[in-house]
Amino acid sequence: MIRFDRVFKRYPNGREALSELSFELESGEMAFLTGNSGAGKSTVLRLIALLERPTRGTVVVNGRNTGSLRRGAIPAFRRQVGVVFQDHRLLDDRPVYDNVALPLAIAGVPRREMDKRVRAALDQVGLLGRERSFPLELSAGEQQRVGIARAVITKPPVLIADEPTGNLDPDLALEVMNLFHRFNAVGVTVMVATHDVHLLERFRVRRIQIERGRLASGAHVAA
Amino acid sequence: MSLPEELRAARPAGPRTIGGAAATWLERHAQSLVGSLGRLARQPFATALTIAVIGIALALPAALYLVVANMRTVTADLGDTVQLSVYLRLPTSEAQAKKTVQAIQARVEVDQAVLVSPAEGLAEFRAMSGIGEALEALTENPLPWVVKVRPAAPHDSAAAVETLAVELRKADGVELVEADTAWVRRLHAILDTLRQLVFLAAAVLAAGVLAIVGNTIRLEINGRRAEIEVTKLVGGSNAFVRRPFLYSGLWQGLGGSLLAVALVAIGMAALEPPVARLAAAYGAAFKLTGLQPRELVAIVAGGALLGWLGAWLVCGYHLRRIEPRA
Repeated sequence: MIRFDRVFKRYPNGREALSELSFELESGEMAFLTGNSGAGKSTVLRLIALLERPTRGTVVVNGRNTGSLRRGAIPAFRRQVGVVFQDHRLLDDRPVYDNVALPLAIAGVPRREMDKRVRAALDQVGLLGRERSFPLELSAGEQQRVGIARAVITKPPVLIADEPTGNLDPDLALEVMNLFHRFNAVGVTVMVATHDVHLLERFRVRRIQIERGRLASGAHVAA
Repeated sequence: MSLPEELRAARPAGPRTIGGAAATWLERHAQSLVGSLGRLARQPFATALTIAVIGIALALPAALYLVVANMRTVTADLGDTVQLSVYLRLPTSEAQAKKTVQAIQARVEVDQAVLVSPAEGLAEFRAMSGIGEALEALTENPLPWVVKVRPAAPHDSAAAVETLAVELRKADGVELVEADTAWVRRLHAILDTLRQLVFLAAAVLAAGVLAIVGNTIRLEINGRRAEIEVTKLVGGSNAFVRRPFLYSGLWQGLGGSLLAVALVAIGMAALEPPVARLAAAYGAAFKLTGLQPRELVAIVAGGALLGWLGAWLVCGYHLRRIEPRA
């Protein structure tokens, strides 16, 4: 589902973020991506979401090689990958409903079905009834859950998250991580970048650890 | 805990039938259409300014066009061909006058020669000049016999007409020859120049409208940068991101062109009474012509199209530049 093959990534400013990184995530698998700040976790996620292309090597997501995908095919590719950000990237001047419905609007889902699915997604993250609220009226944890609802509303086969619990207190962090776990349980391939030690101990899922752009451990499914 | 059916399974989102797809497409466009209008309405001052500038820019060539069109109407019945008026010496008898006409008509350069008697001349003068009452005071007709001469085809150039005038002047019983409608030809040349000027002004100001709309849309794009990034991040195509801006440009162009049409109509209404008085003073039945339905449609549609095009040009350049960062 997600395959990195000897990926090398150098940014235009000359910084080498990844080198010789190879790993594979099976369909329906869940993994934590760990490592110190600057180890290259964000770069891995950026490559999966096709915000960047690898300098060398191949990144294959959902069977598509991101290095050779046409520019015009990028939007359709991104619709198959749900992304959750640490700073949630919500539109503060739009109500929760609009934020969550945005991917459906892009996909051209009719209004009636949109209503149904937005409610279902908000229900799933425990925010049913908050459709008319604006993001800034919500707590940090609630905002993060709106971001998750937006990421999963198109039912993407792949869900990735960059430090989704970074700004949350432990209880909220646990709650958010439980959500990811539940999506994984229904078959979504999930990859969460985190350095939250407590969470890592609570969830018994595979860990892919990178150090200075290289794989440190977790290349294969843990025995 | 299990997920509800709505979130289960990775079924591709979107409509499933062609009819449904068309309905969805229409719905999306309608949403963009109304949404962009709402966004413009939320910034009434900025929107009004833009529309005012577009309106004035479009009203100028439209007004100039009407000036030229009306002047053409005034001068249309004056004809385009040069005529010569040959005034016969006073006194001339009717028999002599007819002889002179036959002589003139016999020339190869002459297409047609028409004799106008003093009585006919007086009647015509009375009808045209608007000083009929003053003419009543005359005890006898002071006008001479006149032959109106229209040159034949190859001899109607300015130079040939000059030569013909000199020739006719030499004829027996002729007092004076006047190429009296040369000014009409000049006027038409001036009007043609003016008409060309209208096209030039329209082209320049259309480019101006493109720039105005383009700049407004550029500011709007910068103001909605975060939204554009997020939209692209969750899979919005350039076309999807562009659509509301295109409609925004369309609305601004439409608003501006409607304003232009209104400005022209107000100008026409203001000019109507003085022009009517002027026409009456000349005893003419001239009436100011406003924009015809076809021209109205052309201005409004053209303005909307310009707005759309201005937005399209800017979007093509700027939206490509905004790529999501994470």
